[in-house]
Amino acid sequence: MKMIYTSFDDAVSDINDGSTIMVGGFGLVGIPENLILALVDSEVKHLTVISNNCGVDDWGLGLLLKNKQIDKMIGSYVGENKEFERQVLSGELEVELTPQGTLAERIRAGGSGIPAFYTPAGVGTPIAESGEIREFDNREYLLQTALKADFSLVRAAVGDQDGNLVYNKTAQNFNPMMAAAGKVTIAEVEQLVETGTIDPNHVHTPGIYVQRLIEGKQEKRIERLTIRDEA
Amino acid sequence: MAKKQMDKATIRERIARRAEKEIVSGSYVNLGIGMPTMVANYIQDGKQVVLQSENGLLGIGKSPLKKEVDPDLINAGKETVTAQKGASYFSNAESFAMIRGEHLDLAILGGMEVSVTGDLANWMIPGKMIKGMGGAMDIVHGAKKIVIIMDHVNKHGEPKILNKCNLPLTGKSVVNRIITDRAVIDVVEDGLILIEVAEGWTIDEVIQSTEPKLKISEDIRTGTY
Repeated sequence: MKMIYTSFDDAVSDINDGSTIMVGGFGLVGIPENLILALVDSEVKHLTVISNNCGVDDWGLGLLLKNKQIDKMIGSYVGENKEFERQVLSGELEVELTPQGTLAERIRAGGSGIPAFYTPAGVGTPIAESGEIREFDNREYLLQTALKADFSLVRAAVGDQDGNLVYNKTAQNFNPMMAAAGKVTIAEVEQLVETGTIDPNHVHTPGIYVQRLIEGKQEKRIERLTIRDEA
Repeated sequence: MAKKQMDKATIRERIARRAEKEIVSGSYVNLGIGMPTMVANYIQDGKQVVLQSENGLLGIGKSPLKKEVDPDLINAGKETVTAQKGASYFSNAESFAMIRGEHLDLAILGGMEVSVTGDLANWMIPGKMIKGMGGAMDIVHGAKKIVIIMDHVNKHGEPKILNKCNLPLTGKSVVNRIITDRAVIDVVEDGLILIEVAEGWTIDEVIQSTEPKLKISEDIRTGTY
């Protein structure tokens, strides 16, 4: 059986100073909103955060940043956040930028027993300057190492009591790989259902990867509302 | 002259409309953020295209009506979108496996500089805040054909097509075709070939505003867009 929580504060209470955490989401879509808020309240410090983006100034991981709880950020695009820029320029925050596909694969590798892999992404660019290049079939590839985390914080649409998860649309993004790459994976689900409710054919993340579950309601903020006119 | 008076929006539309012609019916295509995303607005009726969004959607549909907006459904530019009939959702790992595995037919991306050997720089300007490369470094090695769309010269009137890129690279020897407000230029093994010149420009003007030597295609066409 999995640990089912009713308090977000309790769900993250053992995330200690200096922990490495993965946080699901692409932009603000698919982020574990309430788990992040609980981390802000916990005032845990010196975190290394692995996430594609770093939220916006007043929401998502931007809240942890504003509270100076992050020492190091590993991501692919952090351009939506002014406080991020300030902390980088002042030297308060260390950043490791990695191509988005490389980031996804490093996390996937971390959860699946692959210590490193070669990818064409980044060859001939600044990110390859200190890297190991190897040729396969007359093409150059860059060695990249796997990423793992002490805790992975993911968001799913539906979860059952056994930890099986189903994501909604593009809120899937980095969540499944992160669920597998965390020593302890905490899933914030929109709806927690009885085991057996989810058709096994439809499970995205098998329950083996998930240690804790908690149900919560999200705001689901939209970064760039783009609509077409009726006609 | 009319061409000097074209405003920025008109120029962007001209480039986007020309870039649309690169899309073959039945193909899988990734459009970069910004001007490349605009190309989708000009896809001709009857052309069947499946647009890929690297955050995990194959089959981007139109922008939603107000009542259709779903906060869980966005494109890589974080704009709300819909999914077209036959679409699929997947993780970022699957998305980039699809990209690096060369399953996409075409990617149309923006550019800051392109070199004579097809090097591309489009992600950072030293001294300015570095926002990150997002998926660009993966995509340039994935799609079967990489088309870069950009202005022919920078705001100081200097060429953006160069012998060697000054800015840090996104990818080395990755570009197949460059489409600007002035010309269409192909990158081939021994250099650059001018294949089309936009309306209002002459072959000489294009040559003068491009740093590397241009070979002129035998089939060169002028005033095509």
